[in-house]
Amino acid sequence: MTTYSNLKYDHPFSSNATGTGSLTLISSQTASASTNISFTSGIDSTYDEYIFKFINIHPSVDDASFQFNMSTDNGSNYNVIKTTTWFQAYTSEDTGGGNLSYDGNADLAQSTSYQPISREAGVGVSGANSDDSLSGYIYLFAPSSTTYVKHFLGVNNYIYSGGETNSFNNFLGGYANTTSAINAIDFKFSSGNIDDGTILMYGVK
Amino acid sequence: MSTYTDIRYDYNLPSSVGGAMKLISEQTASASSSISFTSGIDSTYRTYMFKFINIHPSSAGTFTFNMSTDGGSTYAVTKTSTFFYARQNESGTPTGLSYETGYDLAQSTSYQILTDSVPVNNDDSASGYLHLFNPSSTTYVKHFLANMNNTYSIECFITGYGNTTSAINAIDFKFASGNIDSGTIKMYGIA
Repeated sequence: MTTYSNLKYDHPFSSNATGTGSLTLISSQTASASTNISFTSGIDSTYDEYIFKFINIHPSVDDASFQFNMSTDNGSNYNVIKTTTWFQAYTSEDTGGGNLSYDGNADLAQSTSYQPISREAGVGVSGANSDDSLSGYIYLFAPSSTTYVKHFLGVNNYIYSGGETNSFNNFLGGYANTTSAINAIDFKFSSGNIDDGTILMYGVK
Repeated sequence: MSTYTDIRYDYNLPSSVGGAMKLISEQTASASSSISFTSGIDSTYRTYMFKFINIHPSSAGTFTFNMSTDGGSTYAVTKTSTFFYARQNESGTPTGLSYETGYDLAQSTSYQILTDSVPVNNDDSASGYLHLFNPSSTTYVKHFLANMNNTYSIECFITGYGNTTSAINAIDFKFASGNIDSGTIKMYGIA
C-alpha cells in the first residue's frame, strides 16, 4: 500500500495551501573575515516585505559601527538618500543602572551615508572578546515600489566593551527617500571586517 | 510508482507544515473610508499580526485603529495604551525621543493612534505592523504592540490592551480624517 512516507515527492505546495507559511528564507550568507555582505539578487516585487536577520555578527576590530546601505542599481552603488531615527536603551554589566536616549550621531537626515545599525564608531560592537557580537533584524517594506519611499524598522542588541561592558538595545527607523526600486543591500562595519556571523534574508508574502 | 500529483488528496496538513505564520487575508485601499477585518479573528491563532504597507492618506492625518466584540457592528472597545516616538525631520531638526500624551488612551473607547500625521505628498506613506495577542480570550484583557514608521521621519511605538474579557472578533483601521487613499493591510495568524 502506498503511504506518504514511501511516495516520491514531486509536488510543489502552493503558497496559498492550507498550513503553509508566509515567511520564506531566500538566502543566507555567513561571514568569514568579510569586508561586507551584500544581497544583490532576490530583492524584487515577489515580496512586499523583506526581513534581514543578524546572528552573532562579530567584528574584527573593536567598537566599529555595524551599518547598511541600499542600492537602486543592483549593487553598483550603495548611496540611497535616507532620513532616519535612532535611539537606544543600555545597561552596564559592571554597574547596572540603565539609560534610554536618542542618539543624534547615529541618525541620518537626507544623507547617502551608511545607516548605523549598532551605535556609531567608537561605541560600536566589541570585537575584543571572542564571545561579543550583535544580533537582531531589519524589516524593509515594499522595496520595489516606484511610487513611495521605502520604510524600514530595526531592532538589535549588542555588546560594547569600551571602558565598561554594556548591553545596548538599539531601535532604528526611517526610509529610503527614493521612488526608484531598491534591488540590493549591503552590510559592513565602519572599519575592519565582519569576522564572523550570519545574515539571513527572508521574504514575507 | 505513485507520486503526489497522481494520488487523491485526502490528507489535512498539520498547521505546523511550512511555517507558523499564515496569511489569512489582505485588503488594498482605494479611497477607502476604512479597512475592517470582520472574519478570521477567532481562537484558531493565539497571535494575530497586521502588516501595513505604504498606507497613504487622502489628507494629512494620523492613522488609527479600534476593535470590536460584536463582529464589527461597533468599534468601541475600552483601551489603555502608551505611545512614544523617535523623530527626525528631513532637514535634520527637530530630533528626539518623546512620549506623546496626546496619542495615548486611558480607559477610552476612542480609536488608538498608530502614527503621527502622515503627510500627503505622492511618495509619503506609513508602514509597520501591529500584534494582537489572544483576541479570543474570555478571561484576559487583549494586549497589542505596534511599531510604525511614517515619512518625516517618525518611528512610533504603541502598546496597550483592550480592557475587556469579551472576545475581540473584528478590527477597523482608518485615518482620523479623510480616506485611506492607497495601501495594503495584511492579517496573519501566528500559531
